[in-house]
Amino acid sequence: MRAPSSEVLAGQVLLSVENVSLSFGGVKAIRDVSFDIRKGEIRAIIGPNGAGKTSLLNVINGFYQPQEGRITFRGETREKMRPYAAARGGIARTFQNVALFKGMSALDNIMTGRSLKMNRGFVWQLLRHGPALAEEVEHRRRVEEIIDFLEINAIRRVQVGRLPYGLQKRVELGRALAMEPDLLLLDEPMAGMNLEEKEDMSRFVLDVNNHYGTTIALIEHDMGVVMDLSNRVLVLDYGRKIADGTPDEVKADRNVIDAYLGVAH
Amino acid sequence: MDLLYQIFIDPFVQMGTAPDLLVQTLWEGLVGGVLYSLIALGFVLIFKASGVFNFAQGIMVVFAAMSLVSLYGLGIPAFVALALTFAIMLALAWGVERLVLRPLVNQPDIILFMATFGLTYFLIGFGELVFGGEPKVMIADQLFLPRGAYDIKMLGGFVSLQKIDIAATVIASLMVAALAVFFQKTRIGRALRAVADSHRAALSVGISLEQIWVIVWFAAGIVAIVTGIMWGARSQVEFSLQIIALKALPVLILGGFTSIPGAIVGGVIIGVGEKLGEFYWGPLLGSGIESWLAYMIALAFLLFRPQGLFGEKIIERV
Repeated sequence: MRAPSSEVLAGQVLLSVENVSLSFGGVKAIRDVSFDIRKGEIRAIIGPNGAGKTSLLNVINGFYQPQEGRITFRGETREKMRPYAAARGGIARTFQNVALFKGMSALDNIMTGRSLKMNRGFVWQLLRHGPALAEEVEHRRRVEEIIDFLEINAIRRVQVGRLPYGLQKRVELGRALAMEPDLLLLDEPMAGMNLEEKEDMSRFVLDVNNHYGTTIALIEHDMGVVMDLSNRVLVLDYGRKIADGTPDEVKADRNVIDAYLGVAH
Repeated sequence: MDLLYQIFIDPFVQMGTAPDLLVQTLWEGLVGGVLYSLIALGFVLIFKASGVFNFAQGIMVVFAAMSLVSLYGLGIPAFVALALTFAIMLALAWGVERLVLRPLVNQPDIILFMATFGLTYFLIGFGELVFGGEPKVMIADQLFLPRGAYDIKMLGGFVSLQKIDIAATVIASLMVAALAVFFQKTRIGRALRAVADSHRAALSVGISLEQIWVIVWFAAGIVAIVTGIMWGARSQVEFSLQIIALKALPVLILGGFTSIPGAIVGGVIIGVGEKLGEFYWGPLLGSGIESWLAYMIALAFLLFRPQGLFGEKIIERV
């Protein structure tokens, strides 16, 4: 178990979501949810299938626009995020069912994560000369660091569509890290992995948090992983928030136990 | 028996006895094919980046050519007119993104396809209003495009190569090479490929779809200018030329909708096949074979490779 350091618990709020509701036609995906993510913490979001976890991530990075509520990120409050603004502001993410650029190599995929950081005009890039070359070299260096960190050197030139699932997830994490995000959203980073892969991935998540100080919000189904990694846990069920607290608090919560195990009628 | 002989033996006997004619036919097919490729290229660019089959590519070709000729007609020097035509195509790309694509984002592809139909008829009407309906002559000389032909003595006869055709082939090759470098080597090219692969992943790394769309439509506009000049120089510039958009269809089926090399190879196969068919088999069926032969070739290919020669392989999990 990872002891929530008092520093983190008292930390500054990086992102807060207030009274957000989201519906698709008659389906209410999120109902009046409020929570916050503090700087430097690992925040888990759990709940049974269809609880609205992924929808919540989509609201945070602007894929979905909620009908009600507000989102405050780095002190700036708005009613809805836009994906471009979210990326610009330093929110990176991975996807539940891996969204990579399948036709490109692992290296190129991770390089796309630098899109927002490359400023030289494309004429310079075509010429591969002067400032653009220096820029490209600098970005390549950062990307190589990430590749080393994630231990995917052997597959850097491989077209990602051909990689096994576990490695694809790692490349996807690499792409998100290349953005040097302040907030990293991970949607089921360990889904479909075997034990060894899960352990690797857990280690990467912890290292990212420790070394780069990146704030992480992750959705995960493996309770062992959640309890080990996270500082605080948000529990959703049927789009509602049913608990929010440290792993220990959440584990002992009556509502959570009912949601997961069912209520005796 | 006689018919079978005429179909399966006689054309090849003719090819053998008059090889110079065969070379001439192949060359003409190649050149026609290059022009088909250029049109198909415009389609592929837009299809790759946005999944939209842009029916308006044909009218964009005409519109670009008309703009160029009309600007020159106003007394503007040829190369200034060319630069202005580039500006017009950029404005068109921007307008299309703002007024057509952006309001329809996340709509099914068929809606966007229909929107390009609307765009086609808008551009025809708007173009006829501005440029007038009568055919115009391309300002080939003023743009220093060569004229005349080389007559090469070979294989016991003469093969005549039009200089404008050679120029078209060279320019088309250069443009394809430039596009390939642009797609492979630049950040924007990488972003384009990214958008083609997955919209939401591209959004998540902060690639701006709007910007990318303007760029691809502008690229397709540049291709349209080049196509318009080359095609216009061989015949004349008129609105009915927009129907060449339909000629790109068999090329795309053959080459695959997402492949730039596919557009080139597909165009050449269709061009050469059409000319050979017309010259050697056409007389058997009466004339008019070239209006449908391309579709037949494409259909035959569809039976064996539904994804096209270079298209991405369709693997379906069942």
